[in-house]
Amino acid sequence: MSRSWKVRRSPATSFPVVCRAVLLFLIGLSNRRPNLVCRRIYTPNSHLPAHRMAEDFRAVTARRAKCGETMIGEGTQSTNQRRHNYVQENVEVGFFTGPTVCIGCKACEVACKEWNEVPDDGFTWIGNSYDNTGRLGASTWRHVLFLEQDCQKGNQITGLMGLSDAQSEDPFRWIFLSDVCKHCEEAGCLEACPTGSIVRTEVGSVFVQNDVCNGCGYCVVSCPFGVIDRRPQPLPDAGGAFKCTFCYDRQKSGLVPACAKVCPTESIVFGRLDDLRARASQRVEQLKQSGYEDAQLYDPQETSVRGIHAFFLILGEPEAYGLPPKPQVPTIYLKSAWTSALLTSIAALIAVLGAFLFFG
Amino acid sequence: MPGLGTSFGRGGATTAQQDLANADCILIEGSSMAEAHPVGFRWVMKAKERGATIIHVDPRFSRTSALADIWIPIRAGSDIAFLGALVRHIIENELFFREYVVHYTNASCILRDDYGDPEDRADGYFSGWNEDARNYSMQSWQYKGEGLSFPERDLTLQDSQCVFQKLKRHFARYTPEMVEKVCGISPALFYKVADTLVKASGPDKTAAICYAVGWTQHSKGVQIIRTASILQLLLGNIGRPGGGILALRGHASIQGSTDIPTLYDILPGYLPMPRGGEEETLQQYLDAHTPKTGLWSNTPSYFISLLKAYYGKHATAENNFGYNWLPKLTADHSFFEYLYDMADGKMEGMFLIGQNSAVGAPNSRLQRKSMAKLKWFVIRDMVETEPARFWRDSAEIERGELKTEEIETEVFFFPAAGHAEKEGAFTNTQRLLQWREKAVDPPGDCRSDAWFIHQLALRLIGKARAARDPIDEPLRALDWWYPEDRFGEPKMEAVLAEINGWKTPVAAATDRGSIEGVLFGGVDREGNHHHEAQIDGYEELKNDGSTACGCWIYSGVFSRDGVNKANSRKSRDYLGHGWGFSWPSDRRIIYNRASARPGGEPWSERKKLVWWDSGNWTGIDVPDFKKDKPPDYEPQNQERGLDGQRGDAPFILHEDGLGWLYVPKGLQDGPMPTHYEPLESPVHNALYSRDTNPVVNWFTRAENRFAPPGDPRFPFVLTTYRLTEHHTGGGMSRFLSHLSELQPEMFVEVSPELDEPEWQNHPSSRGSVSFWRSGPVTRQCCQ
Repeated sequence: MSRSWKVRRSPATSFPVVCRAVLLFLIGLSNRRPNLVCRRIYTPNSHLPAHRMAEDFRAVTARRAKCGETMIGEGTQSTNQRRHNYVQENVEVGFFTGPTVCIGCKACEVACKEWNEVPDDGFTWIGNSYDNTGRLGASTWRHVLFLEQDCQKGNQITGLMGLSDAQSEDPFRWIFLSDVCKHCEEAGCLEACPTGSIVRTEVGSVFVQNDVCNGCGYCVVSCPFGVIDRRPQPLPDAGGAFKCTFCYDRQKSGLVPACAKVCPTESIVFGRLDDLRARASQRVEQLKQSGYEDAQLYDPQETSVRGIHAFFLILGEPEAYGLPPKPQVPTIYLKSAWTSALLTSIAALIAVLGAFLFFG
Repeated sequence: MPGLGTSFGRGGATTAQQDLANADCILIEGSSMAEAHPVGFRWVMKAKERGATIIHVDPRFSRTSALADIWIPIRAGSDIAFLGALVRHIIENELFFREYVVHYTNASCILRDDYGDPEDRADGYFSGWNEDARNYSMQSWQYKGEGLSFPERDLTLQDSQCVFQKLKRHFARYTPEMVEKVCGISPALFYKVADTLVKASGPDKTAAICYAVGWTQHSKGVQIIRTASILQLLLGNIGRPGGGILALRGHASIQGSTDIPTLYDILPGYLPMPRGGEEETLQQYLDAHTPKTGLWSNTPSYFISLLKAYYGKHATAENNFGYNWLPKLTADHSFFEYLYDMADGKMEGMFLIGQNSAVGAPNSRLQRKSMAKLKWFVIRDMVETEPARFWRDSAEIERGELKTEEIETEVFFFPAAGHAEKEGAFTNTQRLLQWREKAVDPPGDCRSDAWFIHQLALRLIGKARAARDPIDEPLRALDWWYPEDRFGEPKMEAVLAEINGWKTPVAAATDRGSIEGVLFGGVDREGNHHHEAQIDGYEELKNDGSTACGCWIYSGVFSRDGVNKANSRKSRDYLGHGWGFSWPSDRRIIYNRASARPGGEPWSERKKLVWWDSGNWTGIDVPDFKKDKPPDYEPQNQERGLDGQRGDAPFILHEDGLGWLYVPKGLQDGPMPTHYEPLESPVHNALYSRDTNPVVNWFTRAENRFAPPGDPRFPFVLTTYRLTEHHTGGGMSRFLSHLSELQPEMFVEVSPELDEPEWQNHPSSRGSVSFWRSGPVTRQCCQ
């Protein structure tokens, strides 16, 4: 599939831009930042190629459910394999991703690209540990981090390191973690988008409608995590902004996102956000008891992003994972920005008037 | 496969991957399971979440080590010294599972007086060595008395000639200090592993061992697996939930391609290939391979049913079921032998199917140069792999060693269908047959390998019929009955039905298709009556020609009910019964009689699997035992078959029904494992005066030189390994952008202290490998 991308700048689209600018100004004054697009909006999966749209996944789901097909040896216990109606029931969902069972296989990266038809973006050997992907971007919606750190992982014994009665070698640990769009409760990209291309879905995720996006790039600088990006030439659909869709098309058909589906060790868990949060805090407690003293959750609910839909269990500090310790949505600075702009313009006006009076 | 086969009876993993979740400790060695078997590794992670300890023993700190609780760096090729020391530690400190060892293993069996151990002179040779022939005469390795069926035993394990005492003496010098010297593992670390393993074994606990080609591809790989088997038998971990040895196979369906072999020296179901000279008649063959007791006592039924599957109605009692048509072994035709035949121009043509020997095989330079000596060369693959273009695009063409215009080989490249474009079954690492349906038609002229073989056979048989040459008699006698679809593809379920076995036709068909359980009405391609109903299991096989069976161990996969069990997808329990079919007879954990005490009750509630209950064996798994044989059954030493085995003998394929700590028959390089250095080790053997495995054929010639142990020119060990991102020779992954972008180039990982610029070029005695970039990818050390 390859569609040519056209940046649209017609009067019809610039009018809403102006309206939204005024709206942003007013919101900035009031310091209230509601989501600009109400929930439960219907988002057509028009970003999908025609043959995908034609497929009726619900039929597939129904057939398999009727056959009672399950995962080998596991029955239906695994949340990652279960079918669901979260979209129909407007249930908030999320990803809980942890490094203690992640094996760095990158199946999530591949499954994401395969399902969403994301193009490959270069065959560059970076040699940064086992990572040749680099970072999240317009053509990388899942990215497995490979961290090499000079400390012990839990009570792990690597060679002589970790043995209490032996000469200690230099401590060392190798950590893998799959990074993804956080789908913020207060999303910087969504608030900055002048075209209304970025919307909130029924399940709480943030979704880019690529047929509406005009490629302005405001979202790119507004994302506190550096996730969303515009796709460069000569890749297909270059110019538009892309990021994780939370496999919204799959979710509408009751399927879990592709990355969670293929994760062999269930390091990526998909499910109801409230369930996951409960499970996550339980897991942190369990890990702390078994020696992982630096285990903690990365789920910034106290800052202006007010929580994320893809949260992480991390060992050590978030900075090592490229995660900001206190992510903020840029729109919180709107009030002071507009106020100072107002004050400046008043001062300029006074200065101009004063000049006329003084020199007049 | 001989490692597991001689230790326990069957050449397959003793357990299922799902069952790893029940283990209390998992030892992974000779494998980077997280990288090469990421899907199976989920069960290791489940075990870890439940509190199991994961131990990874490997020279390299890999993704598996990163997830393990304990990583033990080991010098490449010193596994027997390490495992042997664990065996010694367990025996010397009386830490073994005594009741299990006494009843279920051959620890108590008495050996002949003339058995000689490598320890006797510390030279590394067992008794019976013949220096001229460079092989062993195995007479002195036998049990005392006659044969293996009813051995003399000393259940106190005190007799100086009993296996237990011999084993103790054999490993006496494998001390923790020796481990430090040979493997580079400190005693503190060694004791940590030993304690962890021992604490995780016993009536209420079990430990599992996983290995892969990091063991099997050694010159002594079989004996490394043997050492692990001894360890697991001593700890009482075989046949029990959460225990066992999991042989992680190197490729998809590699278990299947030994069960129904692509090897030259065995026939389907591990029946030996007849040897020329000694086994010229059917009777000679059957006499040589039919023991008195155990499951192999039915060899005539398995073998004659196989001949009936090959030759159909042409195989009769009068012509010895076509035994004379079967090729006989006259020489070694293993990989290197035929490579040399090819290099010497003795081999005219070759079919290369599902393999990339120009990339994946040892000495790839010799591989490619030998290809140029062939007259014709058929390659089937999904993309134009290196063997298909060796004549125009290879390192040898670049260097001028080969010139395109001088190569006379006629190369035929056939486009092959991918795995989603054809139907058939895989047999995975845990002996599990899983059927795969065709998802899409293959593009263009791509066809399945089955189509190719089928169409080739039809043409060859047609030519043989037309020529009437006596030498073509075996071809004319073949029963090539398979029905086809409209593209000429053979129906794969028909092949599976033949593998399962059926009753041979008794008379001309009267009511065709009405017999219950007969696939396609038992009708062949031309519409003739072909066979009667399929059989339900290998127990039904007969030696009179009334049954046919393509592979006796798979029997039951497509039985009388007409349900393709390999294609079933409803798992009923944690072992996955109802999902696929696990040979033999859908047993997921084999030798599971050992999961119960000698008296028949489970060892513990936590580890119960199969038990004796009011006159029958029952439990969670299908009992791997005669269903109604009481646990206290004792033979009178003259019975045949399974009746000749005791009620507490779980290893029913062995004549004595016992797990073999000591292998009296079936191995050429010794009944017990001995540490030898790898062929190209940088050091000499610290334990014996003999450096390397004495029976190994070195295959040395000018283009294939070796650096013997201690060669000062080659002081470093370079090993290859698998990355998750790529698959085998790369034919299925290097050409896919989404995989290739993850690991786009070859690289080398070296210890930081060795990271010098000259490492960019890595010479060995056979050639050299150059890398675009060199340097540590990760900073872990390689020993």
